[in-house]
Amino acid sequence: MKRTRVAVLGAGIVGAACARELVLAGLQVTVVDRGGAAQATTAHGEGNVLVSDKAPGPELELAQLSRRLWPQVLADIAERSAHAVRAVEWEPKGGIVVATTDAGAVELSRFADAQRAAGVRAEVLDADALAAAEPLVTRDHTGALHYPDDAQVQPAAAAAALLTDALQGGAELRTGCEVLGGVMRAGRLTGVRTPAGLIEADMFVNAAGPWAGELAARLGAPVDVRPRRGDVLVTTPLPPTVFHKVYDADYVGAVGSSAEELQTSAVVESTRGGSVLVGSSRRRVGFDDSLRPEVLSGIAAKALRLFPGLAGVPVMRAYGGFRPYVPDHLPIIGADPRLTGLWHAGGHEGAGIGLSVGTARLLRNLLLDLPTEIDVTAFRVDRPAVLGATAHPAREETA
Amino acid sequence: MTPPHVTVVGAGPAGLAAAETALTAGAEVTLIDSAEQPGGQYHRMLPDAYAAVRPERLQHGWRAFDRRRRRVLAHPRCTWWPDTTVWALERLAPHEPGPPRVHVLCGPADGADRRRLRLDPDALVLAVGAHDRMLPFPGWELPGVFTAGAAQALAKGERVVVGDRVVVAGTGPFLLPVAASLLEAGSRVSAVLEANVTATVARGWSQRPWELAAQAGKAGELAEYTAALIRHRVPCRTGRAVIEARGDGRVEEVVTARLRGDWSVVPGSERTIAVDAVCVTHGFSPQLELPVAAGCALRGSSAGEFVDVDDDQRTSCPGVYASGEITGIAGAPAARAEGALAGWVAGGGDPAAPALRHLRRSRDQGRAFAERLVRAHPIGAAWHGWLRPETVVCRCEETDYASICRAVTNVASAAARVAKLETRAGLGPCQARMCGPTVAELSARLRGEPLGRPVEGLPAAVPHHRPIAQPIRLGELAGGPDHIPNDTA
Ligand SMILES: Cc1cc2nc3c(=O)[nH]c(=O)nc-3n(C[C@H](O)[C@H](O)[C@H](O)COP(=O)(O)OP(=O)(O)OC[C@H]3O[C@@H](n4cnc5c(N)ncnc54)[C@H](O)[C@@H]3O)c2cc1C
Ligand SMILES: Cc1cc2nc3c(=O)[nH]c(=O)nc-3n(C[C@H](O)[C@H](O)[C@H](O)COP(=O)(O)OP(=O)(O)OC[C@H]3O[C@@H](n4cnc5c(N)ncnc54)[C@H](O)[C@@H]3O)c2cc1C
Repeated sequence: MKRTRVAVLGAGIVGAACARELVLAGLQVTVVDRGGAAQATTAHGEGNVLVSDKAPGPELELAQLSRRLWPQVLADIAERSAHAVRAVEWEPKGGIVVATTDAGAVELSRFADAQRAAGVRAEVLDADALAAAEPLVTRDHTGALHYPDDAQVQPAAAAAALLTDALQGGAELRTGCEVLGGVMRAGRLTGVRTPAGLIEADMFVNAAGPWAGELAARLGAPVDVRPRRGDVLVTTPLPPTVFHKVYDADYVGAVGSSAEELQTSAVVESTRGGSVLVGSSRRRVGFDDSLRPEVLSGIAAKALRLFPGLAGVPVMRAYGGFRPYVPDHLPIIGADPRLTGLWHAGGHEGAGIGLSVGTARLLRNLLLDLPTEIDVTAFRVDRPAVLGATAHPAREETA
Repeated sequence: MTPPHVTVVGAGPAGLAAAETALTAGAEVTLIDSAEQPGGQYHRMLPDAYAAVRPERLQHGWRAFDRRRRRVLAHPRCTWWPDTTVWALERLAPHEPGPPRVHVLCGPADGADRRRLRLDPDALVLAVGAHDRMLPFPGWELPGVFTAGAAQALAKGERVVVGDRVVVAGTGPFLLPVAASLLEAGSRVSAVLEANVTATVARGWSQRPWELAAQAGKAGELAEYTAALIRHRVPCRTGRAVIEARGDGRVEEVVTARLRGDWSVVPGSERTIAVDAVCVTHGFSPQLELPVAAGCALRGSSAGEFVDVDDDQRTSCPGVYASGEITGIAGAPAARAEGALAGWVAGGGDPAAPALRHLRRSRDQGRAFAERLVRAHPIGAAWHGWLRPETVVCRCEETDYASICRAVTNVASAAARVAKLETRAGLGPCQARMCGPTVAELSARLRGEPLGRPVEGLPAAVPHHRPIAQPIRLGELAGGPDHIPNDTA
């Protein structure tokens, strides 16, 4: 029998993870990207693998599945390419959420109760325990929780490791190859047009990150995925200063919100190189990459509320990217009912790194018609938030 | 009508000249430099404390410079901001006309209370210069290995000698003034080594090098350096390079070797020389982060990328002018001519004014000089032959050559940004200023063709993309800027 051919459109972390799962399942995989692998959103964000910021529901379930998979996947890859896995800098360091207002503390503790009921480990830290865990954190807090299961990766290296493994398994990568449109035969998508010629396959996975809407529209089946800008500050290397991922309880509010205007919330973490990463902002500005000092100011101010002692630390770099989001803040995973042969894996907003491996596992099972580990109804393509907008969302939003 | 407000960033030969002509054209000028004194790399000023002791001894063209400096700083329409760093340029929205907003930090870089200010000029002249480039070689991370520019800056600026027995190596006419400064400051120079073979140097400068150098105002100066080297009996060799530095905790000896025209090492030609310092230069890299932040188009050349300017020093970005080493490495006289043109036009002066003819001519001669410089002192294609797998390429992050090869030859991690994040080369405090061009060149060589077009919205992976041009403390950033209205600036 001829092997099923799958073309994964997009070589970010989501495409890389999908390619790997599909190759391991025995399919013949081609990964297509208009640029180089992993260089887009995946190389312009942070690498938090979080369960702590998710309310009970489908996204938390996907996060828990992914959290279980990450160590397995990395151990698996390490057998073939130890070097690639070392660069991933996997650190199950745990997260600490700090509330700085009374209302915030109440909200945080209610949030954690619900999470515990859903199987998340969340431990209350009293002032002494917090000071012991994070000596430099503000004394001016109203509550703190420790989430031992939060972890961290270096995202670009993680995507490269997933993709390296897929390539070793027989996948093919075509870079510099932009998908311009689709070719239909007998009512199904059988090929995509690129400047390098036609790429034919039995199935196509749209993993184009924040450009997923544009790509889907080119294939004739638009989905509403939009860019949401985020900026991150990087300090000069420091001696060990921040030991967990430490973030402000109001992060929880920002993730789920759609507000147009700028939002910032502090997420502070150190990297293996010694730099502290300070994130991040959320803005809807289309694909506008210009530096906005007032946005960076907002991020810095929030971070200092958590770590007042870092005021003298120099920031040596700032970068940012575009989170791919769907108006209901849930990813899209599954077959497109409007166009046979087209599948979607994307729209993870600020969690696509962490959720990539779980998403890939779900997509593999759906594609092979196997039962999935968790319920995927919430991620289906034919929901109003995904199909609602017919116009091109990214264009419409550009300021 | 209120006069236009021109902000000039950089007070080296180019920036100072720009400030002067912008004032002549009638503009209000704010002149900014992160240094305490004007002068830039060329007229690096001694700290005030030493100023009394004949600074002109180490300085060419000191008197003319000093006159210009006084004239500019004393001018009633000029505001001089020393110790002030431009840390960001903020591009305005497409419908707002004019150059980007200038964000600065005022006060010594190591001081505790720098002020954060913001300027909205009518025109912006960028004259931020270059820094010198050094290719990696085994042992270059040892203390005692200096960029030639750093050694010269210590000698000129602080009268500090880097060592007793020094080898100066690399390529380009900059070897000579560096060696001369070291001699003047009291070091013994054991050898000056030009990596290019005589044939390359001679071909590059062609038949009438001195005439050309004279036009660029350089002949007398070069002759003087040469005389100093002869006087001190310093051996000067072409076709030879330092290919390794060795020592226990700091450099104690260097290995030199004969090179072929392409800089491949001639086997068996290795020699060791005992030294306590080595100064190396492989040309200059323009400081392109501010032009890139402003959105200025660059032009590629065999010597690397520079800001693209028109006949009046305008960049592709409305209201932004560029002059000096960021447009091409052509020496101080050309930098001055470019600055004078840029300042005049930015300040509202008539681009057709007859007085500009002379400036344009001297700029064009400078450019011709620059072209010959590149031809006479290229970087040989086989230079990486002296690297070993364990040779450090990024000194900040201690990334070795083997890691870079591994990352860029794996298609999964070959994209410039991914390779950077995976190997960490360029992520450290110097933000790829030192290793960026080297890594880019090695990657291009190892990988072959580029991997595809840049991504919408996201910056192209050029080594000069540094939206935060200079470090700013979290506390300073959190505070927000004070706006300086134009009329009080
Ligand atoms: C500031 C910031 C912080 C973040 N922090 C975190 C975090 O801490 N944890 C976390 O889990 N997530 C985080 N994220 C989110 C995460 O980065 C994204 O969800 C994730 O990278 C998305 O991956 P992707 O593969 O879907 O998209 P991408 O990485 O963007 O990949 C899509 C690929 O598709 C290609 N493509 C697009 N159109 C076409 C076409 N027409 N033809 C061919 N190829 C095409 C693109 O070139 C690109 O390579 C953050 C994001 C930002 C911006
Ligand atoms: C290290 C070094 C040594 C040199 N020595 C010699 C020599 O001995 N003989 C010779 O003929 N030529 C020498 N040159 C070349 C010569 O210096 C140049 O031809 C000339 O100085 C170029 O002038 P410029 O105005 O373009 O730049 P520069 O003289 O480099 O002036 C640029 C100025 O911009 C300022 N600046 C940069 N960034 C910022 C910022 N973000 N904010 C605020 N201010 C900023 C710097 O402090 C500097 O003062 C040297 C060059 C270098 C780099």
